[in-house]
Formats: sequence, structure tokens, C-alpha cells
Amino acid sequence: MFSFQVGSLLNIALILGTVLGAAALLIWVERRLLGFFNDRLGPNRVGPFGILQSVADVIKLITKEDWIPPFADKLPFVVAPIILPIVMLLSFAMIPFAPGVGIIDMNIGLLFVMAMAGLAAYSAMLGGLASNNKFALLGGLRAAGQMISYEVFLGISLLGVVILSDSFSLRGIVEAQSDGWYVFPQFIGFMVFMVAALAESHRWPFDLPEGEAEIISGFNTEYSGMKFGLFFVGEYIGMLFMACLIPVLFFGGWHAPFGLEFGNEIISGLFWMAAKTSVFIGFFVLVRAALARPRYDQLMSYGWLVMLPLSLLNLLITGAIVLMQGS
Amino acid sequence: MSTPEESSIENRAELPAVINELYGKFGESSFVRQHTAEGMPTLWVGRDKLLDVLRFLRDDYTPRFEMLLDVTAIDERIRVHREGQPDSAFTVVYHLMSFSGNCDIRLKVALPENDQNIPTVISLWPAANWHEREMWDMFGINVEGHPNLSRIYCPPTWVGHPLRKEHPARATEMEPYAMSDEVQDREQEALRFSPEEWGMSRKSDTSEYMFLNFGPNHPAAHGVIRFALQLDGEYVIDCVPDVGYHHRGAEKMGERQSWHTYIPYTDRIDYLGGVMNNLPYVMAVEKMAGIVVPDRVQTIRVMLSEFFRICSHLLFYGTWAVDLGQLSPLFYCFVDREKAFNIIESITGGRMHPSWFRIGGVAQDLPNGWDKLIREFVDYFPARLDEYDKMIMANTTIRQRTRGVGVMNTQDAFDWGMTGPALRATGLEWDYRKDRPYSGYENFEFDVPIAVNGDCYDRAAVRVEEMRQSCRIIKQCLENMPSGPYKSEHPLTTPPIKEKSKLHIETLIDHFLSVSWGPIIDPTEVSMAIEATKGINMYYLVNDGGSGAYRTRIRTPSFIHIQAVPFLSRGLMLADFTAIVATTDFVMADVDK
Repeated sequence: MFSFQVGSLLNIALILGTVLGAAALLIWVERRLLGFFNDRLGPNRVGPFGILQSVADVIKLITKEDWIPPFADKLPFVVAPIILPIVMLLSFAMIPFAPGVGIIDMNIGLLFVMAMAGLAAYSAMLGGLASNNKFALLGGLRAAGQMISYEVFLGISLLGVVILSDSFSLRGIVEAQSDGWYVFPQFIGFMVFMVAALAESHRWPFDLPEGEAEIISGFNTEYSGMKFGLFFVGEYIGMLFMACLIPVLFFGGWHAPFGLEFGNEIISGLFWMAAKTSVFIGFFVLVRAALARPRYDQLMSYGWLVMLPLSLLNLLITGAIVLMQGS
Repeated sequence: MSTPEESSIENRAELPAVINELYGKFGESSFVRQHTAEGMPTLWVGRDKLLDVLRFLRDDYTPRFEMLLDVTAIDERIRVHREGQPDSAFTVVYHLMSFSGNCDIRLKVALPENDQNIPTVISLWPAANWHEREMWDMFGINVEGHPNLSRIYCPPTWVGHPLRKEHPARATEMEPYAMSDEVQDREQEALRFSPEEWGMSRKSDTSEYMFLNFGPNHPAAHGVIRFALQLDGEYVIDCVPDVGYHHRGAEKMGERQSWHTYIPYTDRIDYLGGVMNNLPYVMAVEKMAGIVVPDRVQTIRVMLSEFFRICSHLLFYGTWAVDLGQLSPLFYCFVDREKAFNIIESITGGRMHPSWFRIGGVAQDLPNGWDKLIREFVDYFPARLDEYDKMIMANTTIRQRTRGVGVMNTQDAFDWGMTGPALRATGLEWDYRKDRPYSGYENFEFDVPIAVNGDCYDRAAVRVEEMRQSCRIIKQCLENMPSGPYKSEHPLTTPPIKEKSKLHIETLIDHFLSVSWGPIIDPTEVSMAIEATKGINMYYLVNDGGSGAYRTRIRTPSFIHIQAVPFLSRGLMLADFTAIVATTDFVMADVDK
């Protein structure tokens, strides 16, 4: 029960602890990195290099007044921020971190992940509607529209990977990549997925649901204290999740590049998984520092007119090649 | 001051062409000519002929007077020196400008105490709308035919008209003010936006509109301004800007301050323009006093003004990028702005509001080693601009977001009173520094950047290029800084040159008078304008022979530009609206005065 095998209590406790800790650290990492990209320092006061900034933030958020605006719709207002971290943490159950390290290995793992991503949209939508605020309403509408549209080809872009690995299980997908990463045969799928992943976790530049220059803070305008903190943490867990999912699907998961394996396969696997995840986190932050936000209609037409055909084409070609090779 | 009889004897050929033409068209008896210090053609005209004269000047006269630069009023009731001017309790002043002919004309209409009505000129220039509302708010002059004559600066509950002479100017002249809960509720309620007042419907055949208060506190509103947006989904159907949250009565303060002590107030009008705001004011006072400033003063003024143009445009550049969702450029621009401010600080001791110009000079000479700092800056800055071009101007998303958005052509710009980069972005190559050089700009080599489409992208591109040109001008200042005194020897220079002030009892007395109430200048009127950071900034001073202005009128570009935001943004999306607001590049202190 306490051994290193998928689903053991030790595994669950360690993974949950690591994910939550990493998400908190991520807030600091992002702010520090953004600081360097922006030619400034970022938070460097709390603890060594400011590493305890998130702890200070959490203390502040928890001790703030837990305020619900009198005009808000109480129940959905309280429920909305809870949904996001929960579904994101549930998604993490599917991630295979290393051989024998993971919480659950379902044969419909990828579908479960997609379903959770779909549920995440409710968080922003309910928050926006329940706030009874015009800016929040606009943000909620944007979130709903954006997440539903981008989910379509988020899913389709992954079907190439599923065809190649012949599996919906994330562990199965990683194992299928032992002799070659899917980023090469599935490059278009990877590009589409990257964009969709940014949009799905409404990261910059697809942060339209909370585009501050237009709608202040969008769906979470009326939120404060720990309720806002849950949105905030949920978003970072989501970003961490996407940064884990990309290596799993396209970059061989725990497999070491160029045969650079070392020691125990679990330790080596965890190391390479963490390394690959860090690269994508860095990439997400860099994108945030560099790109501008498209307009809502541009975002939509980009999604439906460029990304959707691209992902369908990718699916078609992959399927045709696999069929040809199989026959 | 010449009486009408005298001026008819005057040789008609020596009259300014526009006056000659007006005399011929409407008869000389319709007008009374007034002489002002800067020599601008100034005519008094009867209220009944006003619209005809304005229409003639706009449409039929060559060159056409395309723009209504300013409309304001003067409370004449306690003015002493009005020799040769018609009787008037309130005078309405129209300032017209011709870009094709590069000339101005000022028309005045006298209103008696018991009949303060004037016809609206919105049908000729839509930009007159806010000027007329301001006139109603500040002077209580009733503008007949105005579509919505409501207060613009003061809250709707305000009692009285602040720029009337009987209105108190200081808090100590009034009862102590307390805001109880009832007062607060009443004031809040008075600010509630009512679409019907503005002729807006609450729903169309297919949908119900949302009315959104964009501001007065909004991350992209660039200050305390409220835009009441009429939204259909994310589409902006119409918009009503509500200004006045930043109003502090700078014009009223001008009536209390001496000529000298008003200088720091000017800094805070366009607070991103710093000493550039001092320039039109001190030039106007110098014009009245007949002070000619030394070359070194002119060059120092030009150099500092161009530094502030760079600072202001850098702020625009960075915030514009942030409004379009690009985070980093703001910080880069602020780093560069900091470098410029460090130079300004080492020269003037101040950063954003140095109040450095004086009547007849500047406060101090340049410090030792000033050239080294500036050389570093002019060597460093253009390369940074090239980098920003790649990052911002060449960015595909930003191009998609701003090209073809918020388009205006040159005629629209004339109608709405747009000046500065916004006007040049429509393709008109007209720059005050080039076409009417002041403070020695004629001695500098620089280009006037223009663009052709008049959209958000072009307005930004013009400002970016202006920074390069400003850097060129600063470089020329650096290489050709004339030697000589930093203040004029003229007796009205305030304060006088210190070294010469304590030699005899006479010079001591002179110095004492100069710093206690400052120069006394013969009564006259003057207006002086410059190419400020955001457009034409003009000071119109009425001098009644006192120690300060009888009336100070500040024509600020931001106030007029805001008025065009609804015109630019109708039918576009909320995100476009942000882009338009950003490229309008206003400062609320400049809007509200």
C-alpha cells in the first residue's frame, strides 16, 4: 500500500503534495521570470530570492474579509471558484510521472482529461454569471465561448497521437513513445495543441475572459480573498497540468532524450519529466511576456477557420498513413 | 486702440487679407477691429451675423478656415481697460485656424448682462459641442440650439458658474464642506447615466442594450474619465464620455496668481508634458512685455521640451502596448523614460513638473557636464526605438488589432479639432514647430512625420517617428548650444538676474518688487500656441494691467480629442475601443484643466 506503484497512498500523497507545492512555487517562478523578461526584479523580499512570496500571499488571502457582494447570486458565487482547482487536480490523477509513479491509469485517461477540461469552463462561466456585474458577465461569456470553441480542436489535435499509440491511456501513450517522440510525426497536432492549451488555461495571450484592458478582471472582478485565491491557484494548477500533459503526449513523457538515462528508472523518469515540464512552463511565461492579445472575434475566427481545419487535416493524414502502413 | 472712424481712414491694403475680405463682404460697419499683442486679426461681430461670418470663413473664403481651434468666453464686468471695444458683459471668443493658409482669426461677440444667449455653431464644426457646454458650465452663457447643454466639468448638482467673477475662487471664501451620507447618495444618483438624456434607446428590434460604465476607475481608461458605453454584445453602438473628475479650475487660479507664480500651475495641465506647458505661457507673457529672450534660453527651452515630448510619447507607447495585451514594452519604455527623467532632474532638479521656464529665461543655467549625459542618451535611444519597432510595430497581432480601426480622414480631423499626431496621421503635414516656428525651431533640422490612413496604428507610428525626430533636435541642441546669458536683460524678466540685483538700492528695490508681485504689463490680449506633446496647446491671456491675468484661457488638445472618441469607436468592438482610447493619447489633467 505504501510502495511505489501506481495508485498507492504514498504515490497519491506525494503527487498531491508536489502538485500543490509546485503550483504555489509556480506563482513565484512566473513573477520572477516575468520580472527578468520585463527588465525588473520581481518579488525578491520574502525568504531567499523571494521564494516564500506565495506563502505570504496565501496568508494575506486567507486573512482577508470573505466578502460576497450583496447583489451576487450566493450559491453559484461560492461554488464557482472551487470547481477549477478540483477539476485540475482530478486531471493530475491521470498523469504518468514515471514508471510506477502516478495515481491512476485508466484506459480512457485522455478522455477523462478532456472531460475535466470541459468542466473547468463552468468555473469561469458560473463566476461571471453569479457576480451579477457587467464586466464579469462579459468575461463569463468570453470564457464560455472561448473554452468551448478551443476544446473542439484541443480534442481533435490529440486524435493523431491516439491513432499512433493505439491507446487512450496516458501511460500507454508514453510507453508507445519509447522509440520516438510524437512531436515529430505529429508536429501539426503539437502546434495546434499548444495554442489550444494556452487558450484552454486562458493564459496570455488568450486571457480574454479576464482581459484587464477591456473588462477589468473579467469573470473574477467581484472576487476577493481566498475565493479569488482559488481561481488564481486553479489557473496555475491548470498551467502546470498543461505543461505536464505536453511532454506526456508529444515529448516521450519520462523517456530520456538521446539515451541519457541514469540510475534508477524512476528517478531518471521523474527527473526528465520535471525537466521537460519546466521547459514548457518557461515557454508559457515567455509567451506571456512577449505576445499581444488578439481581439475576441479574431480569436474565434482564428480558432474555427485556421486551427480546426488544421487539426482535421492532421487527423486525416495521420489516419490515412496509419491505414496504408497497416494494410 | 483705434476707433472705427480711424480704421476706415487706414489704408485698406494694409489690413490683413481676411479682414479686408470680411469688410468687403459684410460691410465694415458690421465689425469692430481690435489690436492684440501677437497681431492676430481680431474682429468684434454682432451676434446676428456670427453664423454667416463663420460659415463664410469656413466654406467660401480662400484659404478656408478649416478648424475651430477654440471657443471660450470672458467675463468683462469688472474689466477696466476696454478702450475701443464694444460694450459687453460677457464676450464669446471664437478662434479659427486655417491650415491651408497658415493663418488665424479671432472673432468676438459681445453679450449684454441681460441677454446671455448665443447661437450654437455645432452645425459648422461638431467640435464646438464641448466648447459650448464648457461655456455654459463655466459662464452660464446659454447656447441656443445646442442638443444637450449640460454641465461638462462641474457635477450636475453644482450651483453657480465658476469662471464668473462673482463665483468664489478659494475654499476659504465658502462654507466648510461636509459630505454626509445623504449628500453622497444624492451626488451618486445625479451621476447615474441616463441613456434617454443622450437620445439613446435602451433596446433595438432584436436585442436589449447593455450600458456599461467604462471608468471612472478602469485599468485602460488612462485616468479618471468615464465612458458610458452602449453595448450590443461586445459591439459599441455609442459612447458618451463624461469628464470633469479631474477638474481643478486652473483657469480660475490664473485669475488669482501673479504672472510669475502661475508658472507651476501650467506644468500640471498636461502633466506628461512638464516644462513644455510653461512654454506657451511664458512666451505669451514675454510677447505682451516685449521681452526677447537670448538664443541660449531658446535652445535650452527647445531641448527640455523635446525631452518631455520623448517622455510623453514613451508613456503612450508602453501603455498602448499594454492596452493591446502586450506586457513587456511598458517596462522597457519606462526604463528609457527614467533615463530621460534623470537628465531632466540633473538639469532642473525636478522630474515631471520642473516649472523651469521663467518670464524672460530659464531658472538656472545648464549644470557643468550636462553635455555628457545628453550625449549618452542620444547615442543610446535611437537603437532602443529600432528594437521596439520590431517588438511592437511589427507585431502581427498588434497590426491586426489596430490597422483600419478608429479611422479618420483629414476633414474629420478638422471637424473634430484634432491636432498634433492625430492630425498628422491623417496625412496632413502640418507641425507648429515647422510651419510657425517659435523659440528658434526654425534653426533646427527635423522632419515632420506623417501617415496616411488615420487609424490607430498610424497615430502610434507618427508618435514613434516623432521620438526619433525629437532625438535629432536634442542632438542639434547639444552640438550647437549657444553661449550667453540664461535670462534676458529686459527689466520685466522675473525674477531678474541675481548677480545684478543687489548692487545698488535701485536694483535691490527692483528685485524686491519683481519677486513680490512680479511684472506689471500694459493692458492687452495675447494668445500663444505650441506643438505640445498631444497637439496644439494654446494660452490666451487677457491682461487688464494687474499683476496677473484677468482671464487665462488654456486650450488643451486632450479635451478636444476625447470628444472624437465616440465618432471613432461607433460600431467597433470593446477591444477596439480600448485601442482607440489609447491612441487618442489624452491626459486627464489636460482634459479637465
